[in-house]
Amino acid sequence: MASNHDKNLFQKRETIDAAVVRFAGDSGDGIQILGKQFTQSTALAGNDLATFQDFPAEIRAPAGSASGVSAFQINFGSHKTQTIGDNIDILFAMNPAALKVNLSDLRDGGLIIIDENCFTTRDLAKAGYDVNPLDDHTLDHYRLMRLPLSNLTIKAVKTEHISIREARHARNMWALGLALWMFDREKTTVTDWIRKKFAGKTHILEANLTALDAGFAYADVTEYNANRHLYHVPEAPIETGLYRNVTGTETLCWGLVTGAMLANLKMVYCSYPITPASDMLHLLTGLGEPYNIIPFQAEDEIASVCAAIGASYAGHLGVTGSSGPGMALKSEAISLAVATELPLVIINAQRGGPSTGLPTKTEQADLYQAIWGRSADTPLVVLAPRSPSACFSAAIEAVELAITFMTPVILLTDGYLSNASEAWKIPDIDAITPFPVKRNAESLTPPLPYSRDPETLARPWLIPGMKGKIHRIGGLERQNQTGNVSYDPQNHHEMTLLRHNKIAGIANRIPRQKVEYGPDKGLLAIVGWGSTFGPIHQAVRQLTEQEYIISHIHLHHIWPLPGNLGTLLSCFEFILIPEMNMGQLATLLRSAYSRPIISYPKVTGQPFKISEIVDAALKILEK
Amino acid sequence: MTININKLEPKDYASNQEVRWCPGCGDYAILKAVKKTLSDLELAPEKIVFISGIGCASRFPYYLQTYGFHTIHGRAAAIATGVTLANPALDIWIISGDGDSLSIGSNHLLHLLRRNLNLVYLLFNNETYGLTKGQLSPTARLGTRSPTSLHGSENEPVHSARYALGAGASFVARSVDVAQKHLLGILRRAHDHKGTALVEILQNCPIFNDGIFHELTNKKNSPDHILELHHGNPMIWGVNHDKGLVLDPVNLSVEAVTIGCDGISETDLLCHDEKNENMAWMLAGLNRRQGMPTPVGVFYAVNKPMLPQLKNEDPGKEDLHQTENLNQKIKKLLDGGHAWTVS
Repeated sequence: MASNHDKNLFQKRETIDAAVVRFAGDSGDGIQILGKQFTQSTALAGNDLATFQDFPAEIRAPAGSASGVSAFQINFGSHKTQTIGDNIDILFAMNPAALKVNLSDLRDGGLIIIDENCFTTRDLAKAGYDVNPLDDHTLDHYRLMRLPLSNLTIKAVKTEHISIREARHARNMWALGLALWMFDREKTTVTDWIRKKFAGKTHILEANLTALDAGFAYADVTEYNANRHLYHVPEAPIETGLYRNVTGTETLCWGLVTGAMLANLKMVYCSYPITPASDMLHLLTGLGEPYNIIPFQAEDEIASVCAAIGASYAGHLGVTGSSGPGMALKSEAISLAVATELPLVIINAQRGGPSTGLPTKTEQADLYQAIWGRSADTPLVVLAPRSPSACFSAAIEAVELAITFMTPVILLTDGYLSNASEAWKIPDIDAITPFPVKRNAESLTPPLPYSRDPETLARPWLIPGMKGKIHRIGGLERQNQTGNVSYDPQNHHEMTLLRHNKIAGIANRIPRQKVEYGPDKGLLAIVGWGSTFGPIHQAVRQLTEQEYIISHIHLHHIWPLPGNLGTLLSCFEFILIPEMNMGQLATLLRSAYSRPIISYPKVTGQPFKISEIVDAALKILEK
Repeated sequence: MTININKLEPKDYASNQEVRWCPGCGDYAILKAVKKTLSDLELAPEKIVFISGIGCASRFPYYLQTYGFHTIHGRAAAIATGVTLANPALDIWIISGDGDSLSIGSNHLLHLLRRNLNLVYLLFNNETYGLTKGQLSPTARLGTRSPTSLHGSENEPVHSARYALGAGASFVARSVDVAQKHLLGILRRAHDHKGTALVEILQNCPIFNDGIFHELTNKKNSPDHILELHHGNPMIWGVNHDKGLVLDPVNLSVEAVTIGCDGISETDLLCHDEKNENMAWMLAGLNRRQGMPTPVGVFYAVNKPMLPQLKNEDPGKEDLHQTENLNQKIKKLLDGGHAWTVS
């Protein structure tokens, strides 16, 4: 929490330019709701922000256990944020397990707010504490605020209509009230939300409002004030416009909807439940027909991609979404889409692997799978948006590429992008040039389903129902032009080349790779892809401020790679690639450009910290 | 009676592709019956889509002058589901073999049937893997010898019709490749059905399983082995037309009797009822019992809710999305309820 010691400007408040707050508790404690509501008020206060949810794979792990801890982190400030923050300034720990799991991320001198009513012998045992950390020297490096949070909530909320258990449930609202007061916020957004959320459940509604008020007022009427944990974070200089807080899941789905509209297509979204991709299925199902979406929950991963292929074959936009293990199951069908050259958008929200791995944690380890994870030579397009905001335009681009080039497009997001949120400047969709599908105005007799557009090498999209276009397609190799089954050796060679060249040619249609930050040549470029953008960018800025010469290059087009990338990389003596896998992009770029590349892998299920990247860069810069 | 002079003949539904099944394959007879059916029903070729998986049977779409999609092993039902969701106005036919349908693709068949999409599913059952050279099929009978069951199969075969009924199918029928007249009747019934119509077609593989249905196809004594089902009629078979089915209420099963013996007359026999699921279930397992005939015809036909309950929209139609209106809706969606202005 960087402080400029500008005290007394707002009552007794300390003005600070950024803060990282983590709310942590049991997975049944309503931590995510607390975090989201605090985030909304932060956005309305004009701060830039980034958030991340960290929750267990089990819906209700044993209560009070370390495996059941759910957390929500927010980094907000009066400058551009971009990451969720390296270290926590303030930790709300609703039970001992939450303290134990999260303490290592708290900076020295950071503030811990605990519910001391939850530190009984039994609670401590569940969390695996032999000795109460409040009584030994565990917390000596930190500032501790012990509050009888449960009792205060119960005391405030308990009525004849509300049981003690129900009253205690409102603890999250009490804590939220306190957090709002600490950061000089209005309550109105939260009270509006509570009224809407619990409409018709009068007692619960009242309980939540009362708890929020009690937490908010607590600081005013107790000795808490003397401790002076009161802050003000000024507004960030944000570009003017209309904003909202969004997760990558939301922007991606809205991008698909917008892309389909720009293509003048209906979207058939076919998926099978899998973390962290299920939320897309929920969201798109919720939107449904009014948004030209036909949602379909298939019987398995294979059926979902197959149904999407069937939808594209019939003339709609087929889309499927999944995560790594599901992608593996889809691979044979994706090969069919490559072979038959049908448009298809595939979203892979990557998670920790291999196998079931870490379903709720983030990773970038499906890059090989996306580019090469199919039988035979099956080239397709791979894109990787860098932030929740970027998911919107990436989804539109995926739709456009899929229909322009008659190809599957894989969008690689990850658990972080799916669940992380940030402030998003709502785009003007009227400013995006539509790309309506043109279905073969020219009359081919006989129809030639595997003839080629000379510019894109795409085949025409001839759909059932069209008179005079009757033809057959399939997974057996197709004769060039006619699409009839052909076992001719030379034809197979030609068709393989055509499929290859069609995708390779996209390299010349996408924007040239630019340097995101720093000079176009020099000693060191940090190259990243996907969701590592924030920490890399902040690291490079910090190092630049320290007068190191360093650049940041961030890839969005993973396959094909931008045409100028090789030349660009050759302008740097060292290339460092931090990625959340064992060096997959590094392998790709080494093989594509024969460049020596230093790989910096991290596979903890957590995003990179800025400091980790700074340290890795310094090892090279100070050599 | 009106005569449509533009009516397409069966040969008009043949593509220009050379048919490449083995000589004597039962698929030729099925192809013939399907072309005749398309002609009889006067279906517009551009509205028809044949979707298949992998196997000998699945080459079928290449030989028809309709839209066709030869997909991947076991997944025809899943791909056809997407096609139906996208454009329910199409006339959709799935072609799939016993391995394709009941081994690798059985999950998709199960869900297709319970969703009851409006299409026809032709399950070519030759009780062998033909294209991969004769391995053990999921429908192969106990004791079947094959390169993968050297000492004879020890596994209970899948009973296609029972599988379909168990999945909640709304239409289950069976016919035989060479029984052209019967097959034509069943194909028409299947096409007329609203929902998924599953037709199992017993089909000879002259290379790997020749004569497996000989009892049902030889002219001389096949009547002793085939029971033709007709809704509302007593279930009778036999060269002498004297064998019948009665209900054994104690064992809750059907038993074979001979008319004229033990005082049994035709009026004692069970009548077939296509809408009776229990009867369909008993008939579906009948041919596995010693001394029992193989029923052919419509086992079960009822109306059930169908997916999708969507408007018929033609994806080929210009500007079907009322773009203006959608644009406004999307803007509203993006602006959301929680937007704020930075000025």
